[in-house]
Amino acid sequence: MDILLPVIAALPFLGALLPGLMIRAGRATCASYTALSSGLAFLLLLICAPTVMQGEVLHFRLDWLPALGLNVTFMLDGLGLLFAGLIIGIGLLIILYARYYLSHDDPMGQFYTYLLLFQGAMVGIVLSDNILLLLVFWELTSLSSFLLIGYWTHLPEGRQGARMALTVTGLGGLAMIAGMLILGNIAGSYDISVILTQGEAIRDSEMYVPALLLILLGAFTKSAQFPFHFWLPHAMAAPTPVSAYLHSATMVKAGLFLMARLWPVLSGTPEWFYIVATTGLVTMIIGAVIALFKDDLKALLAFSTVSHLGLITMLLGFGTKMAAVAAVFHIINHATFKAALFMTAGIIDHEAHSRDIKRLGGLRRLMPVTFVIATVASLSMAGIPLLNGFLSKEMMLEEAVHTVWMGSYYMMPALATLGALFSVAYSFRYIVHVFLGPVRDDYPGHPHDPGFGMWAAPALLVVAVVAIGVAPFLAEPLVRTTAHAVIGGELPEFHLKIWHGVTPALFLSGTAVIGGAVLLAAHAPLMRGWLAAPRPEAKVMFDATARGATRLSGWLSDSMHNGSLTRFAAIFTITVVAAGLWAWGGAGIGAPERTMLPIRALPAVGWLVLIVSTGCLIAFHRNRLLALVLLAGVGLSVSMAFVYLSAPDLALTQISVEVVTIILLLLALNFLPKTTPIESSTMRRLRDAALAIVGGVAVSALTYAILIRDFAFDSISAFHLANSYKGGGGHNVVNVILVDFRGFDTYGEITVLGIAALVIFALTDTVLRGPGGRWLVRWGAGTDEAGDRHPLMMVVATRVMMPIALLVGVYIFLRGHNEPGGGFIAGLVVAIALLMQYMASGFAWAEARQRTPYHALIAAGVLIASLTGVGAWLAGRPFLTSDYGYITLPPLEKFEWATAMGFDLGVFLTVVGAVMLALNSLSSMARRRGETINIYPMDINPERPDSPPPPPTGPGGEKET
Amino acid sequence: MELLMASAIGALTAAGIYLVLRMRSFPVILGVSLLSYAVNLFLFASGRLAINLPPILHDGVHDYTDPLPQALVLTAIVISFGMSAVVVMLALGAYLSGRSDAIDMSAQDTENGQ
Repeated sequence: MDILLPVIAALPFLGALLPGLMIRAGRATCASYTALSSGLAFLLLLICAPTVMQGEVLHFRLDWLPALGLNVTFMLDGLGLLFAGLIIGIGLLIILYARYYLSHDDPMGQFYTYLLLFQGAMVGIVLSDNILLLLVFWELTSLSSFLLIGYWTHLPEGRQGARMALTVTGLGGLAMIAGMLILGNIAGSYDISVILTQGEAIRDSEMYVPALLLILLGAFTKSAQFPFHFWLPHAMAAPTPVSAYLHSATMVKAGLFLMARLWPVLSGTPEWFYIVATTGLVTMIIGAVIALFKDDLKALLAFSTVSHLGLITMLLGFGTKMAAVAAVFHIINHATFKAALFMTAGIIDHEAHSRDIKRLGGLRRLMPVTFVIATVASLSMAGIPLLNGFLSKEMMLEEAVHTVWMGSYYMMPALATLGALFSVAYSFRYIVHVFLGPVRDDYPGHPHDPGFGMWAAPALLVVAVVAIGVAPFLAEPLVRTTAHAVIGGELPEFHLKIWHGVTPALFLSGTAVIGGAVLLAAHAPLMRGWLAAPRPEAKVMFDATARGATRLSGWLSDSMHNGSLTRFAAIFTITVVAAGLWAWGGAGIGAPERTMLPIRALPAVGWLVLIVSTGCLIAFHRNRLLALVLLAGVGLSVSMAFVYLSAPDLALTQISVEVVTIILLLLALNFLPKTTPIESSTMRRLRDAALAIVGGVAVSALTYAILIRDFAFDSISAFHLANSYKGGGGHNVVNVILVDFRGFDTYGEITVLGIAALVIFALTDTVLRGPGGRWLVRWGAGTDEAGDRHPLMMVVATRVMMPIALLVGVYIFLRGHNEPGGGFIAGLVVAIALLMQYMASGFAWAEARQRTPYHALIAAGVLIASLTGVGAWLAGRPFLTSDYGYITLPPLEKFEWATAMGFDLGVFLTVVGAVMLALNSLSSMARRRGETINIYPMDINPERPDSPPPPPTGPGGEKET
Repeated sequence: MELLMASAIGALTAAGIYLVLRMRSFPVILGVSLLSYAVNLFLFASGRLAINLPPILHDGVHDYTDPLPQALVLTAIVISFGMSAVVVMLALGAYLSGRSDAIDMSAQDTENGQ
């Protein structure tokens, strides 16, 4: 049975695919398929129900990211069962109701998809046994409710309401993430079932208060508690089925669910009592007062929902077991009567074309069925005996009587009664001002009862309202099971019954009913006073805050990033240097621990070359060709440094990369201006120089500080040295690290390199197709080229060198595992060997003679590397685990092979492909510019009798078309 | 030797920063290349400097240089080539399409962008 839990959680998500597919088959089919997936989930839940009702807890566990403590763990206890039942059950009724509510212009498939996504997220929350998983679902409810509230995208109120709801609940969710992480940290696990056992440790922790505040922030925003209640009325711009679903039974109850779920852990402290109970109390009274003065039916219901959520929050805040029982009972009761009320409001809106109370009245005769449903639900909301609202309200007042608030015995019951009084008043108003009174003749529509399909759902709910109200023992097993899960221990002695005898709660209840009736009688003058009184408008404040935040961030980014990249680079440099200085914190350079290496003549000369080249580069950087030559000088010095400092692999790599880079830059310079103009002022140059010197000195100091000290911690290099041969089968530790120990890194690197080459190819293509390409054609071939473009000597020399160079490449590749070399270097060497041919006889000439597509090389490289990695799976090892052994082929010596060789081959192919593709792209620009393609490999060939005169345009050259 | 290394890295960084702050794309590319040298050397030096201690295993040899930074720097060198190539193409594309290699947005561009 445990396996059913993930199925229940997944069904709504899977079902979310159906409405979109089924909408073509008609609206009824679409609705039935939606109901099908929900119905199936409900059925599965019912199968689990008997076991849970017997007090068992179902668990399902699937490790997802165990290292992070994030696992797919589900749990079904009484609390989860109640909420899942409410969510899926009322969801089914909403699906039925929406089938008739939505007009033909509304995209129904979309609606049902959003609805099921939301349902899945909610079910996920209540079934999660892992708070991290719960957070994922929690955020999903925020997102999917955003879609639902903004469903009527043509309405600005809908869009604004959706945005406000997302902002408020999203911000609360962020706070909650922090709170949950703290909680998990204290408990030592993110599993709720573990956390629930750690109540004492959590309450005693000094992080209890921060965790509590952050979690409550999430719960209060979601459940619309004061002062975050303002988003709920604005979310009423949604279609009524959404309001009935999200704002009666589900989303706003998520906060309550969370407080109930963590009740055994978090409650029972003065902090919990004063924060939660007080917030609940204030919310209850404020919501009830505002609801009385709202003329919009849905606004009235929205604020009454706020008020009732406050009531339940307050009960949870009391922290006593009996109050928790009352809270559970009221959650059930509120869900039934409030969903029914929202649906009747939707019916009235649908049929009378208005939900403005001022324009309604006297609907009793016109809509008798709706009248009965609405009246029963309203009376239950008011707390009239024989209806379920009465029972839980009695229990609430009973608990309030026993609660001491700030040392006062009277404060709590008095204020709770005040809230109940207003609640009675607005409940009566929903009946009296809408249905009673004379029939009017100026309704915007023609009010009449809707078809059975539309009133069936609220009628069913009202039947539950009456059934529980008359026979409370029906609900008792469910309340007991749920309360047991909330309390997490022994239940108090209680029985749900209508008559408790003459108790203080009964007096308070009577007071509330009579006072509420009086209040409604005096509604008209009170309303005038309410309208005249100044009230803070939440939406105005929210919009002003949002505008302010937007303006602040706009100002910040505009002032830093005004379109000048150099300015941004300068700010970046200053920030980095400042951050470095701050991190260093004036500790200075530590005392030397290592003996310094002596300065010999050779490295000193190298250093001098580097410094002079760099200095000249700065001095002459406006002459771009000269700058490039100097850059190559710097690169060579760096390669030499690697040779001297025991890094042969690096030296080989650096020198071959140097060659390729300089060729690339030379080719690019062909199209760019040859000099850099003087643009910046002297002041500006001085500023930049100052920045540069500060940055340089800082980096120097940092390097020196590192170099004179030993490692603060043991380096992991010793492991690599010790295991290079034993584990990786290679003597060249650097290469073994690349292809074996850190093979995954290298795998990523070659992928990036391949992508970079493809980006270059795509960019070239785009540029050539655009205005840049047309300009190149008009520009025409350059005039300042050498006369002998493909000199005889160079062609002959490169031809002779080609096989040797390729052989060197293969040699470097093969020996890489044991001697300096490997795929990277071999790839670069081979690329250079090919490049030489291209330089000698022209790129197009050479390309016509070899047909390797470079894209395919890159793809083959990455693929071979992947396959080598996957091969390890066949041996039951993780990706990229390597193996090696020895084989003897008869005429040869015994030699070693390693699977890492296959990986290195992938590296090799990718490097060759990437380098060649990048240069190919540049050469295609040259050809677009009208450079000729020579037929012959060289300009002048003594063997050719018809050897034409030397070019300016190239012999027999043809323009590429 | 350590002093030479530190000062060389500092000089490369300073020159790199100065060129990156220029207003045309080509010197910025040169500057980025210089910064790459500096960063690669810095990473390499974080394994501390060693002379005549290759990272190749030999029988009877007990002292080796730190191979780990070398492996990291090796890929860094190749990747910085890839990066330079992309940046060069971006600069080239921008110049060919916009007929200017200035990297700051003109006042007009800025206005259009907002």
